[in-house]
Amino acid sequence: MATDDSNDLLPVDHRESATSPGTAVERADALQNPGLPPHRLRVTDTDPKAAKRAERVIVALFYVSVVGSVFAMAAYFAFPIRPNDLGSVRLNNVFIGLGLSFALLAVGVAAVHWGKVLMVDHEGIDIRHPVHGDAPTQARAVEIFRQADRESGFNRRVLIRNGMIAAFAALPFPAIFLFRDLGPAVGTPAAAYSHTMWKKGTRLTKDPTGDPILASEVTLGSVFHVIPENLNKSEDVLEEKAKAAVLLMRLEPKDLHVSADRKTWNYDGIVAYSKICTHVGCPVALYEQQTHHLLCPCHQSQFDITREAAVIFGPAVRPLPQLPISVDSDGYLIAQSDFHEPVGPSFWERRGDYNA
Amino acid sequence: MTGWASRYVDERTGISYVVKEFGRKIFPDHWSFMLGEVALYSFVIILFTGTFLTFFFQASMAEVTYNGSYGPLKGLEMSAAMQSALHISFEIRGGLLIRQVHHWAALLFIASIGLHMLRIFFTGAFRKPRELNWSIGFVLFILAMAEGFTGYSLPDDLLSGNGLRIIAGMVQGIPFVGSWIGWLLFGGEFPGTAIVGRLYTLHILLLPAAVLAFIALHLVFVVTHKHTQFAGPGRTNENVIGYPILPVYAAKAGGFFFIVFGVLMLIGSFFAINPIWVYGPYDPSPVSAGTQPDWYIGFADGALRLMPGWLGGPGGVPMEFVLFNTTYSLNILIPVVILGLFIVVVMTYPFLEAWITGDKREHHIADRPRNVPTRTAIGAAGVTFYAVLWAAASSDLVATHFQISIESVITILQFLLFLGPVAAYFATKRICLALQKKDRQVVLHGFESGRIVRLPGGEYIEVHEPVDEYERWRLVSYNDYEPLMLRPNAAGRITATERARAAVSRWFFEDRIEPPTSTDVEVAHHH
Repeated sequence: MATDDSNDLLPVDHRESATSPGTAVERADALQNPGLPPHRLRVTDTDPKAAKRAERVIVALFYVSVVGSVFAMAAYFAFPIRPNDLGSVRLNNVFIGLGLSFALLAVGVAAVHWGKVLMVDHEGIDIRHPVHGDAPTQARAVEIFRQADRESGFNRRVLIRNGMIAAFAALPFPAIFLFRDLGPAVGTPAAAYSHTMWKKGTRLTKDPTGDPILASEVTLGSVFHVIPENLNKSEDVLEEKAKAAVLLMRLEPKDLHVSADRKTWNYDGIVAYSKICTHVGCPVALYEQQTHHLLCPCHQSQFDITREAAVIFGPAVRPLPQLPISVDSDGYLIAQSDFHEPVGPSFWERRGDYNA
Repeated sequence: MTGWASRYVDERTGISYVVKEFGRKIFPDHWSFMLGEVALYSFVIILFTGTFLTFFFQASMAEVTYNGSYGPLKGLEMSAAMQSALHISFEIRGGLLIRQVHHWAALLFIASIGLHMLRIFFTGAFRKPRELNWSIGFVLFILAMAEGFTGYSLPDDLLSGNGLRIIAGMVQGIPFVGSWIGWLLFGGEFPGTAIVGRLYTLHILLLPAAVLAFIALHLVFVVTHKHTQFAGPGRTNENVIGYPILPVYAAKAGGFFFIVFGVLMLIGSFFAINPIWVYGPYDPSPVSAGTQPDWYIGFADGALRLMPGWLGGPGGVPMEFVLFNTTYSLNILIPVVILGLFIVVVMTYPFLEAWITGDKREHHIADRPRNVPTRTAIGAAGVTFYAVLWAAASSDLVATHFQISIESVITILQFLLFLGPVAAYFATKRICLALQKKDRQVVLHGFESGRIVRLPGGEYIEVHEPVDEYERWRLVSYNDYEPLMLRPNAAGRITATERARAAVSRWFFEDRIEPPTSTDVEVAHHH
């Protein structure tokens, strides 16, 4: 840690320390380190007028900073935020910010300038020492550990040592248990992830108004963002919505490739699919009317509505689950049941037999 | 006065020892050594501005009806967190400014850590004795990203809610424990009412404490090792040449803190960041096109985007399957594992390189990147890999801006993820070797002076001027390594490990340009 302020260079040896050279090639005829170049004086070292000028600049900058601070405080009052006036927010932001910027920048520039042009700029030299302790210190450290072992019998009294290890190994487990109640004490994630609030007879309603949808409203090519009718009255609106959100579209019935067990799930070409991506759960919000493709804006998975929302591109693997729908006596669209499989991203307990 | 005051303090603290040892400690000068400083200063600024924000922010997901001064959101249901973030922005004088400076400082924090790491990597400043400090610094990089992510999730706006939705979906995909971890993290089903409060505790207590502890450790090592310096006249592996802490370095580094703070303040005054009022409160149903995370999370989001759900297109090999009635989501696990491996390789690189080179000496002279072509090429490959993942996070925006189909963008990037690093490796290595050859040329034959002379015979030549000995030293003072030689061990056997090591060592050092020697210089002079 000794610091050498003298400007004389110690004898320079370009070769590395006496430690093992590894595979570095040492050449006898290598070029030699020429040592520090001669010190070059700055204008402020040779010209007293320039030094005086620099001093004035630095002093001025420090006072510019004071002005900046005062300006920022003045702006706090001079540009108040008036209720319902966004312009006043902007002015407040800009003028307090400008004052503070000048206050800070001027201090910074002044200090750096001072350091660069006025403070003595002779380079100093520190000598490095190997990071490790010297041999006696290392030996003493080893001896201390040995002595501690002898005096405690750590390696001799094996039963004690093992008992201690067992105690430490057991200690973290109670802490893990304490975290159990981070989640609700009733229910399991798998059960919760597997059901939504759709039930037989639940009306399909518009997101976010909650108005029921007449089958006749759903014209060819239109798309509706749908929530279950009683969602807004539910206790956990966002949690339920995060599972129950649905997209509703009407296609020409001849464009739909319907599998045998889903013949009754659409109503005259009106189909409803979960809006929650089967990849990591973003809302699959973008519908391309011409191709009947759905695109997830987060990771660009694409689903083909004409083929029961099969994945046609992107990181998702499973099709979007389909909600079986029909109409009630008033002509409003209703669900026939809940989804037949869990919606949204996969999870460990998700079985393989939902669509079997 | 100075004497009296220092005596007063010293008699009560014994601090004179510290001043004696460190007051005139020497720091070398180079612009790239400031990158780490920028990171440190940004963190201090984040602490200042963040503390101010905590006085107003409410980390609660309790449902409230917005009645503040931002018209378009009036009457909307939102969480108290979002409402208080809007309150800070629109009703607290200077609140928007501090919020914006906080966010900009966070971005600068992570960016400067990244650049600092690149500087350390490409100059080999991670070599013995600094390997552990590289790993500590890398932990800081990860902590910084965690700070960033937890912080930007706090306002509970639409964009950050979607980010959390993605995290929840990914966590759910972890085998065995995923659904339970998600359940505990969110306090039940997503989004629940707990996550903002929990992230807040992490964001303002646990993570900053960890960052502070690691910064302290990092700096203790910087002091213990003394700073590296670039090769140059007078500079050796046994000395440090530069300016003393008191006064010059204190003035420059201290002043630089205020410059960083001032620049961030200026940016915060004029450039909006994270305008949550435009996004609106979180709702699981809407999401707009072009959603992306803050840039530093981009590489992870990009990895998710590039992973195909079906290898070879739909109908090919599904990347998610059910086995014994449990689901394996490879489409999530593979990107996570790849990113994890990438992180492990970067974090342990100093140890890997030390093993390959067999070099056990201390190194305090920073390499010029060109003088270690293989390492520089590996670095370029890593940067390319990261850059492709990062670009993938904007795949949709690339598609719309350049009018290419999203499918082509993704497919091109998928290929680039594998081919890009290979191309970058070879190109960089060749460029390094060419630059080394140029250096050698300059040392032996001087630099091109631009002066064209016509000889009596009519021939034109360009006069080459010799470099001075200081510049020459800067160009030639690097180590020349030969590949490890395969040697039998004490038992007279050549182990498979040693064989592998000799092979990678050959790959690492095979192509190299030796530094010119005095003999070379003399021979060149006679020509």
